[in-house]
Amino acid sequence: MEKENLIEEIRKRFPDEIESDAETRGDQVLVVRREGLRPVMSGLKDAPFDYAVLLDLTCVDFLASENRFEMVYHLYSMSRNRRLRIKVSLPGETAVVDSLVGLWKNADWLEREVFDMFGVAFIGHPDLRRILMYEGFEGHPLRKSYPWRKEQPRITLKD
Amino acid sequence: METRIQKEARPDTMLLNMGPSHPAMHGTFRIMLELEGEKILNAEVEIGYLHRGFEKTCENKTYFNLLPYTDRLNYVSPQINNLGYAMTMEKMLGIEVPERAQQIRVLMSELSRVSDHLTCLAAMAMENGAFTVFLYMMKAREFLWDVIEFTTGSRMTTSYIRIGGVRADLFEGWRDAVKKAVLETRRVLKDVHGLLDKNQIFLNRTRGIGAISKEDALSYGWTGPCLRSTGVLYDVRKAHPYLTYDRLSFDVPLGERGDNYDRYMVRMLEMEQSLRIIEQVAGLITDKRPRAKTEEIEPTEAVRLGRTQKPRQKIRLSPNLEGSEKQRYPEILTADAPVVVPPKEDTYTTMEGLISHFLFFMKGYGIRPPKGDVYFSVEGGNGEVGFYIVSDGTDRPYRLHLRAPCFHIVSAIEQLIKGRFVADVIPTFGSMNMIGGELDR
Amino acid sequence: MSGFDFLTTRFDMAVGWARKFSLFHYPFITACCGMEYMSAACAHFDIDRFGAGLTRFSPRQADLLLVVGTVSHKLAPALRTVYEQMMEPKWVIAFGACAVSGGIYQNYAAVQGIDKIIPVDVYIPGCPPRPEMVLDGLLKLQEKIQNQGQDWRWKKKT
Repeated sequence: MEKENLIEEIRKRFPDEIESDAETRGDQVLVVRREGLRPVMSGLKDAPFDYAVLLDLTCVDFLASENRFEMVYHLYSMSRNRRLRIKVSLPGETAVVDSLVGLWKNADWLEREVFDMFGVAFIGHPDLRRILMYEGFEGHPLRKSYPWRKEQPRITLKD
Repeated sequence: METRIQKEARPDTMLLNMGPSHPAMHGTFRIMLELEGEKILNAEVEIGYLHRGFEKTCENKTYFNLLPYTDRLNYVSPQINNLGYAMTMEKMLGIEVPERAQQIRVLMSELSRVSDHLTCLAAMAMENGAFTVFLYMMKAREFLWDVIEFTTGSRMTTSYIRIGGVRADLFEGWRDAVKKAVLETRRVLKDVHGLLDKNQIFLNRTRGIGAISKEDALSYGWTGPCLRSTGVLYDVRKAHPYLTYDRLSFDVPLGERGDNYDRYMVRMLEMEQSLRIIEQVAGLITDKRPRAKTEEIEPTEAVRLGRTQKPRQKIRLSPNLEGSEKQRYPEILTADAPVVVPPKEDTYTTMEGLISHFLFFMKGYGIRPPKGDVYFSVEGGNGEVGFYIVSDGTDRPYRLHLRAPCFHIVSAIEQLIKGRFVADVIPTFGSMNMIGGELDR
Repeated sequence: MSGFDFLTTRFDMAVGWARKFSLFHYPFITACCGMEYMSAACAHFDIDRFGAGLTRFSPRQADLLLVVGTVSHKLAPALRTVYEQMMEPKWVIAFGACAVSGGIYQNYAAVQGIDKIIPVDVYIPGCPPRPEMVLDGLLKLQEKIQNQGQDWRWKKKT
């Protein structure tokens, strides 16, 4: 499928869940609604779209806007050699989204990292706990509201 | 605080902790094993002991200032991280890099890749008991680092590949140094092939151990030599060619079974291919005519003379990196946009140069890409190193995220060691090339 | 009696000579400086010629703790435990800018210098330090060991 046809096919298949699509600097971007994330992802993973690899899963904190968190997924289709970026906006108060653990195996650790750094909760994740910071760390470091230099030592430091 | 494995373990099994400070854990990695005798029933992995806050730091530094932080991500092949960041920014700003700079970047990338594979295999071999291989490979690495040091000024964390080009041109006599490095590395590779390829002990410890299927590897998001050892052909240099890789001829070695031995062999063969690329690129880079020895004066003297007339003599900036003079700028740095440090000859002598220098470094000015986000990836020693940068129009990134290849590779380790023996953990973990700086950022 | 002091200083020097040329180090490697440690330990810039070549991978058997690389707050208790497991006499070298003072990582995650956790004898700055600097630091430590009063007398260490 050609690039333009590909996006049209995807939009035809999921008319309600996809809000918009764009192309920025050569990257294809799809904006998906939060409720439709899991059906869209499992549809994209299988044939005919064949996005078999979840390259990356991350989050951006827009403190100033109403939808505070934005999840960003990068998918890659090996058979078509094509990348795709999917964005989902989440409000700050109820930052929960479906987990992709059943679809791709690396979603496990990637979602734990987003939970650790941003505090976004994932529905359906088997073992959601911190991965990079230690248990007992208070706060979520990559949020814009967390001060950059605030240290939380585990043992008493001298002077 | 109880870990997951402590909660799940049966009361009659032994819990063994291969703690964060362990010789075979490559620094900072913790594996907790539930053992029955020597057999592993359950494993839990804990990472994050080298989390240094890279992404948060990058939100508080300007685009130019955060370049040294990218060096320290995958610290065995630092130039490839620099390259990934610089190319992501170039994609965002839409600038084109001169041809000579692209070739020098390819040369540096491949030198870094060879030293990455050398370090990985040296550590893996040492942990399995082959200490000689470690010493041989470190010797070869020194020759490669000599080339890097004379070009960039530093052996390891160089900050050499900048947005818009490279910092300085190659040094005089680089051809001999590169030739010697390639020769010594080939000699060492031949020796190591003879020592390890058919060595019964090495085969027993690595053949059939830590095997993973293609579907699992893709599901885990593996890339790089570990994925190629399962038989999937995915190399960012071939799939999405960048720099001048589409004009160079090199093969991509593939494995079959995806076990430790295949990962070792893929890395050995990739090193040979990288040496091939280095030789091709060295043939393509032309030599500059040596500069005529004219009279050179110090900058203070030039300022003093410049009060009455423009100085005729050339200005010697000393000490400065050889090859970073102003006349070399058009070939090594882009003239497209003000993203490079203005040449020091201008800064010290003319008013406009001084102003442009300040405008580059001052808060609020400097490199200010348009709003939006971009993702770009290069082929690192471990796989696809991707940078995702969100810009809000100011001089600092709003969000910078690194797609770390070994994060995905290491997330599979629990599956790979379950059911095996304790002694199998060491070669499996060693062949995955975990680099703490990249894993934990 | 002055004669007795002469004998004890000579004995101190002999013990110092023996200790400085047979250092067993424990490389607590975390980050990028580990690469320069590997270079310093291998054939080109040998630390074995100064007697410090043998790496003991257990703190009980080591007397020099080489803290190489950044120590994060998550790792700090492990470092403290390793230091406490070592037996007297013991020395600590802070290798690299991150171990000396936190380096370029002044943020929520890194300890700003390991001397906030354990006492340090020699600081080797650099990011990463060249292997010659490592050897210079080792020689300074050897000088320190030679000149310090060796506690071979049966007195309690405070």
